[in-house]
Amino acid sequence: MASINVENVGKIYTGGVRAVSGIELDIADGEFIVLVGPSGCGKSTLLRMIAGLESISEGEVKIGPRVVNNVEPADRDIAMVFQNYALYPHMTVKQNLEYGLKNRKTPREEIDTRVAEAARMLEIGQYLERKPKALSGGQRQRVAMGRAIVRKPAVFLFDEPLSNLDAKLRVSMRGEIKRLQRRLGTTSIYVTHDQLEAMTLADRLVVLNGGKIEQVGAPLEVYHAPASTFVASFIGSPAMNLVKAELHGDRLAIGPAMIDLKGFAPTSGAVTVGMRAEDLRLVEAGDNALPFRLEYAEELGSQRLVHGTVGDQSVTAAVSPETPLTPEMSFTIDPRRLHFFDKETGKRLAGGIPAEARLAPVEPVI
Amino acid sequence: MVENRPFLNFLTHLVLILGIATVVFPVYLAFIASTRGPTEFMSGLVPLTPGDHFLDNYGTLLGAGSTRAGTLPFLSMLGNSLIMAVLVAVGKIAISIISAFAIVYFRFPGRVIAFWLIFMTLMLPIEVRILPTYKVIADLGMLNSYSGLVIPVIASATATFLFRQFFLTIPEEMMEAARVDGAGPMKFFWDILLPLSRTNIAALFIIMFIFGWNQYLWPLLITTEPQYYTVVMGIKRLAAVLDGDTQWNLVMTGVILAALPPVLVIIFMQRLFVKGLVETEK
Amino acid sequence: MQTKRTVFHSRILPYFLLAPQLIITLIFFVWPAAQAIWQSFLRQDPFGLKDTFVWFANYKRLIGDPDYLNSLIVTLTFSVGVTVLSMGLSLLFAVCVNRVIRSQRFYTTLLVWPYAVAPAASGLLWWFMFNPSIGIIPYILHFLGYDWNYRVNAGDAMVLVIIAAAWKQVSYNFLFFVAGLQSVPHSLTEAAAIDGAGPVKRFWTIIFPLLSPTTFFLAVINITYAMFDTFPIIDATTEGGPSQSTNVLVYKVYADGFVGLNLGPSAAQSVILMLIVVALTIVQFRWIERKVQY
Repeated sequence: MASINVENVGKIYTGGVRAVSGIELDIADGEFIVLVGPSGCGKSTLLRMIAGLESISEGEVKIGPRVVNNVEPADRDIAMVFQNYALYPHMTVKQNLEYGLKNRKTPREEIDTRVAEAARMLEIGQYLERKPKALSGGQRQRVAMGRAIVRKPAVFLFDEPLSNLDAKLRVSMRGEIKRLQRRLGTTSIYVTHDQLEAMTLADRLVVLNGGKIEQVGAPLEVYHAPASTFVASFIGSPAMNLVKAELHGDRLAIGPAMIDLKGFAPTSGAVTVGMRAEDLRLVEAGDNALPFRLEYAEELGSQRLVHGTVGDQSVTAAVSPETPLTPEMSFTIDPRRLHFFDKETGKRLAGGIPAEARLAPVEPVI
Repeated sequence: MVENRPFLNFLTHLVLILGIATVVFPVYLAFIASTRGPTEFMSGLVPLTPGDHFLDNYGTLLGAGSTRAGTLPFLSMLGNSLIMAVLVAVGKIAISIISAFAIVYFRFPGRVIAFWLIFMTLMLPIEVRILPTYKVIADLGMLNSYSGLVIPVIASATATFLFRQFFLTIPEEMMEAARVDGAGPMKFFWDILLPLSRTNIAALFIIMFIFGWNQYLWPLLITTEPQYYTVVMGIKRLAAVLDGDTQWNLVMTGVILAALPPVLVIIFMQRLFVKGLVETEK
Repeated sequence: MQTKRTVFHSRILPYFLLAPQLIITLIFFVWPAAQAIWQSFLRQDPFGLKDTFVWFANYKRLIGDPDYLNSLIVTLTFSVGVTVLSMGLSLLFAVCVNRVIRSQRFYTTLLVWPYAVAPAASGLLWWFMFNPSIGIIPYILHFLGYDWNYRVNAGDAMVLVIIAAAWKQVSYNFLFFVAGLQSVPHSLTEAAAIDGAGPVKRFWTIIFPLLSPTTFFLAVINITYAMFDTFPIIDATTEGGPSQSTNVLVYKVYADGFVGLNLGPSAAQSVILMLIVVALTIVQFRWIERKVQY
């Protein structure tokens, strides 16, 4: 068990390409941290620097009290689960599980106990004598987890471990990883590009973009108060609507529509406004309503997503499946649920409701 | 795909059968000659059916050698060829796999130079630098010895290259997982890399065995004592006896004996051989 | 040049691993090659006592030497002959084998074994078949009104060595063409068939263009083979004759240097051959590297 401190860490590859810069992150003992971002955002590089598979160009990584910058991966007291599992193809499942322990000269009885324990925990007991080739994707995934578990490391590192599985298996393995981590209480860092996986697994999310941290926070915190337009569009599905708008005093102009902010205007002038699809409510046309021209609808069963335009900007709204579809519709939004971002930098200005307040239903102001 | 063109199918088989006939015919003829007596070629037409000197010819060559050509019995030349082929194959594989390991799994000053040195120079066939190479061997006192036959041809660009290519296809994570599991470089090499390379090693062994067996100019130059003669150069000595007087039946018996072992190796290990050959270059 | 994204850290281990290969390379390859280069700038006096540094005189003399020019032309004819003949036949066989379904393995087995036959043995096989007094081919040709004799007729000798060299190389080319053909996606030929292209048209418009990397690669390999690996074939059959008509460059180096003991000029020939090898190697390497960089 250990905490992890990442202090001002950066990575510059030979040739001068900068992959990661200025990462500050304190991870508490037993915490489940998910690094999430689009491909090329530096999340894997960061994980691999913590693992010791990439050298650290700048800053310091501490696992527990110890600075590990120059410590071999094997000596960092970590275990890693790889995207393609990296099971040794010529060894049986049992040999795969034992390999790391044998290299550490663990006594035979100890090895046997730990392998048996991991096999029971992951329900792979009956495959122990098989080679990886003879296992299904899900079984391989379990063996890869087992290989990490038997080591009883201070830290688990997961590098997109579920992305080679089909959708259904992914959901069930996701649950299993979460359950195991809770049970073992091992500090974990998990890399994924799938925001849903990130939301469901994390104690805290770290959203990365272009080698920098955009936001760190609990999943709901990040969802309800995204720190930038990038986070807003990356976390949540469908993505948050981001539209150009202008503040005139207490009124907000979005295309042809004017919305009365009722005292919630945080600034003035041109801004980017964010609206979650589920925060848009269908109303009769009129003042304070956004005139919406329907283009097409997506049926999700529990709800219906309508895609269209407000003025010349694309907007998506979530409505109940019974809502009749007409070419022209009107939506409105509670001003407290608007997110305001700087037009240039994309940084959050104000708006949105703190996560705690979200839990109670918000009374309509209009 | 549904395609029914009987004529085209017929033509396909015809071409293949004719092709195979052309490929096989010279060897068939050689075999016929190896079953005939020494005087049966004077008539001007080579017979096309086996004769009754099979045991005579093979017995003579294997047991006693040709007195006129001054060669040893073929049995001992076959033995020399076997020794040379096996040593060359094993040696090439051993030193190439460790070179490729160094080149792929390490980054060190001089890596690229080492790679190009191996790659470029080893492509130089012995024939183009024959004199100075001969001189080096002579100066080192390696004429007429197994080490002289084997060591100078044991470096291999092809094998190094095959292993390099193969190592590059092994997922990165394999080595990373091993490192997290606490394996150092040599442990990774023995526990993971070597077992994974088994098929490639076997395939390469076949190709290098054939290469070693078929060496011609090299043994011809550095062996002057018959006890080191290999079979491929032996048949040439057999044929070199004054042309008009060539004992065709014995020469062809020798050709069959020299060609048979590697051909059998290919036929029985065809799958491995094809894999090895095609993947070396791919 | 590629390595793994993560590598082992060790200062001396890689050098130990490379040492055997490098030492052998240096002693038996680099050192002799350097000697050949040095030697090519020297001329020995008739008694072999004194070397004079003569700059490029050996090279100049080579270029002016009709025998050398002849050897160049002979090598070119021979290489092109071997390459075209063996590649043409192997492509034909490969296309046929790729068409048959059940007997693929059977035909392949019967076509690949000549790879294992030593070039010297292959030379002797064809020498026997083409022997003017007892060979079967001259016997047949005689009835057709052609008096075959490779011992006096330069053309006949060239045909003999080309056939012997090509025969051995067919299996190699065949295997690569089969591999190339099998990597052409079925969906492409199926799409072409739906577009109304018959088998012949499909071959020339779809398959053959897709095979061009294989074809190019094999062309380089075959030229290299014909130029350098066919020494035993020449030595076992014509020994360069009659009157230099099959005296290819590698054979001439050997004959001038080892038999004729003309050190300087022979070394100059070696150096030229090395340059050719280096050029062919670079071409070949680029091809391989391109395929690897995925």
